[in-house]
Amino acid sequence: MTALLQTSGLTIQFGGLTAVDAFDCAIQPGDLYGIIGPNGAGKTTVFNMLTGVYLPTSGIASFGGTRINGRSPAQVSALGISRTFQNIRLFDELSVLENAMTGAHQHAKINLFDSLLRTPRHYREEKRQRDRAYELLQFMGLEERAGLPARQLPYGHRRKLEIARALATEPRLICLDEPAAGMNTGEKAELSALIRRIRDELKVTVLLIEHDMKLVMGICEKIQVLDYGKTIALGTPKEIQNNPKVVEAYLGGD
Amino acid sequence: MHRTLLLLVVGVSLAFGVDWFLGEFIEEYVVRIINLCGIAIILAVSLNVINGLCGQFSLGHAGFMAIGAYVSAYFTTTLRVLNTETGETVVRAPLFDGAWGFVPALLIGGMAAAAAGLVVGVPTLRLKGDYLAIATLGFGEIVIIMLTNFESVGAARGLPGLPNYASSFWILTFAWICVVSSVFLQRSTFGRALVAIRENELAAEVMGIRVARLKVMAFIYGAFFAGLAGGLLGHLLRTISPSTFGFMKSIEVVVMLVLGGLGSLTGAIVGAIVLTVLPEALRDVEQQAKLPGIRMVVYALVLILLMIFRPQGIFGQRELSLKLLRRLLPGGRK
Amino acid sequence: MLELLATAEPGGTSLAQALLQQVANGIAKGSVYALIAVGYTMVYGVLQLINFAHGEVYMLGAYFSYYPAKWMGYTTDPEDPTFVPAKVPLYVVGFLFVCSMACCAFLGMLIERFAYRPLRNSSRLAALITAIGVSLLLQNGGIMLFKADPRGFPTLIEQSSVDLGLVALTNTKIIIVVVAAVMMTGLHLFVQKTRPGAAMRACSFDMRTARLMGVNVDGTIGLTFAIGSIMAAVAGVLVAMDQPTIDPLMGLMAGLKAFVAAVLGGIGSIPGAALGGLLLGVTESVVGTFSTTYAEAVAFVLLILVLLVKPSGLLGKSGREKV
Repeated sequence: MTALLQTSGLTIQFGGLTAVDAFDCAIQPGDLYGIIGPNGAGKTTVFNMLTGVYLPTSGIASFGGTRINGRSPAQVSALGISRTFQNIRLFDELSVLENAMTGAHQHAKINLFDSLLRTPRHYREEKRQRDRAYELLQFMGLEERAGLPARQLPYGHRRKLEIARALATEPRLICLDEPAAGMNTGEKAELSALIRRIRDELKVTVLLIEHDMKLVMGICEKIQVLDYGKTIALGTPKEIQNNPKVVEAYLGGD
Repeated sequence: MHRTLLLLVVGVSLAFGVDWFLGEFIEEYVVRIINLCGIAIILAVSLNVINGLCGQFSLGHAGFMAIGAYVSAYFTTTLRVLNTETGETVVRAPLFDGAWGFVPALLIGGMAAAAAGLVVGVPTLRLKGDYLAIATLGFGEIVIIMLTNFESVGAARGLPGLPNYASSFWILTFAWICVVSSVFLQRSTFGRALVAIRENELAAEVMGIRVARLKVMAFIYGAFFAGLAGGLLGHLLRTISPSTFGFMKSIEVVVMLVLGGLGSLTGAIVGAIVLTVLPEALRDVEQQAKLPGIRMVVYALVLILLMIFRPQGIFGQRELSLKLLRRLLPGGRK
Repeated sequence: MLELLATAEPGGTSLAQALLQQVANGIAKGSVYALIAVGYTMVYGVLQLINFAHGEVYMLGAYFSYYPAKWMGYTTDPEDPTFVPAKVPLYVVGFLFVCSMACCAFLGMLIERFAYRPLRNSSRLAALITAIGVSLLLQNGGIMLFKADPRGFPTLIEQSSVDLGLVALTNTKIIIVVVAAVMMTGLHLFVQKTRPGAAMRACSFDMRTARLMGVNVDGTIGLTFAIGSIMAAVAGVLVAMDQPTIDPLMGLMAGLKAFVAAVLGGIGSIPGAALGGLLLGVTESVVGTFSTTYAEAVAFVLLILVLLVKPSGLLGKSGREKV
């Protein structure tokens, strides 16, 4: 089986400082893959390189056999990688439903004049987007708040809406950046179940960055540990838990 | 489609009816103000697409207007062109004659402005916020200075003798078209994408929205209608000069938007009407109080006080609707 | 250009000399832009606000010395053919400068206190529109009070041409350059070396942290406006002396171009304002040798070109968004 996402030697430097050093990974279709590491280990930077936000200094990333480093975020999204953000970036003035609909915008096969003249194609497209967005809101349990402006959503729901919006782009791989941050235990359990369903029911491969060890250990099948930009361990949750290097990185022993 | 056609027919008949009514019963001075309001609405609503929806701060609207005005006038007006070889002035008859030649001339003017929108929109993609504002302002000034150097359109003296084509009918028809199409734009996947860019450009890009393309689209759309409005204004004033389209004109349109509440289409319309009627009303005050100049002073004061006490504009980002009206009126449901 | 070559005397030296002369004129012009630009750049640095009213402060700077001069009996009335300008003693010239500087400093602080401070926590656009409102108010208030037509400014210093070897400049232009250079250097030292200067830098770096560290933010912002206005006042009097006419709309284009100069140099940077001002002044003068009308476009063409290559201006720092 060929990997869905494969990177080799992915490195980025900010003014002499190496934030991520030679990041290698191979994510298979259907994986539930976790990246963990202490603060400042470079996890989000990896996401930024994978989604076209940052340009890697060197290395290669390929997705489904296509090279993705050097492509713009919109191009990467069109290839089938979507993501959420650690610091939530919703479109606050749009409604919850409209937020999810923007995810579906990229697949619109109409032009501006269809919308300005209200051709049948415009109405079909609106229906397609609305239906798809509504389905995903239902999936995430947000359908009752569809009409609310996104800025009025409570915190936990904002994280879920970001996931719904990312799923609306019809990705093959979704990158979740600390989706459980700021959630309570009950919300976290619910989120774990949802993440699993994203993989099992929607057939979307999941790449997860998370601080909460329990959550990652509970749902991920493969885990990669970063520290100071370098991979220090890779394996199953059990292997990771027993890896002395990981323990050291987290406990900060000398 | 049916709805669009129906709306067009309704709009044209309304414009026709109002035009007749105004001509029959209303004094000329008031009709003129209504016409100016119609043009201001086109300007404010189209700029709202760039500044309000897409969040790109453009201060170049007057430049697009100038292009629309001069290009349409080029087709409808008798020009005196200096033949550089013989040194004689040649009178050139209008290329498009009669009121029905007016619409093609206007549309060509609009398209020329739209082309300028493309020319401005693409290179300024890298700029944000105040830097974009000042670059677009610079573009507008460059247009004015170029026009000041074109002898065939009267240079700094301006171009007189534009035919009297901009009737209330045409102004209201185009205002209607502009408003309806902007509502349609706002309530479409493109409108949502524009707002997404305004709200969070990076997230929009990551969601696969082609940010650069949509920004340029917004510029072209706004510039097209600004060009139309410029053409209409030219044929209403009947004399145009570069100074008509200076950067204060651009600022005036931005002020209309901010006054109404940036991002709100109905706000843009109300702002356009208020800021067209207010200076005219103050003109009467000025004459009665015998204080020449007080008009603009009061205008400026109103602007400052409004911003201090209601910085989000009259409507904020909301749209004016019956529900909102009921809430705002005294005794309404809170 | 060809036309100019044809009228020039044989040999390339006269064109070169004409250009050199224009460069000298441009430095004088640019010094004025720089003096005004400093006000824009400092206020923007602290409040991220384009203080549109700054050009009007410059205009009023000229009037704030015109009226005291008039009351003291030093006037130039172009309507009166028998009028002979009296010689103005040097201490009076000094007094007029100080008077204009004090009035403008007060005006600048007044504008900040009553128009901008109430809006410090609302959107930047609202503040910008307010700034435009203040600019319109001062401009039109000026038209009402002073009348729109230009007035002759009293001859503070008898103009004469000074031969500087390769080029010749009027003494007033030389004064402009010298005064501007001294004031800009002084300002730079003030901002870099003194406590209030450090407070200003702290505020422009991060206002909230500055407040937490015990910086008197309101006072510092007031000081920023006062200093910017003083520089504009000096520019106003200098230009009035050189021209020598003043009118209520003189701040419009000068203000806009000075702002362009500030953006060119990189907004927020005082050396940037100096560089941008000089660059703009010199380019404008040189282009003006060939076409006076197109010289007006220079500022904006230069602006767009610089922004396209370096969106944060020549000496500006670019920020990176945290993802």
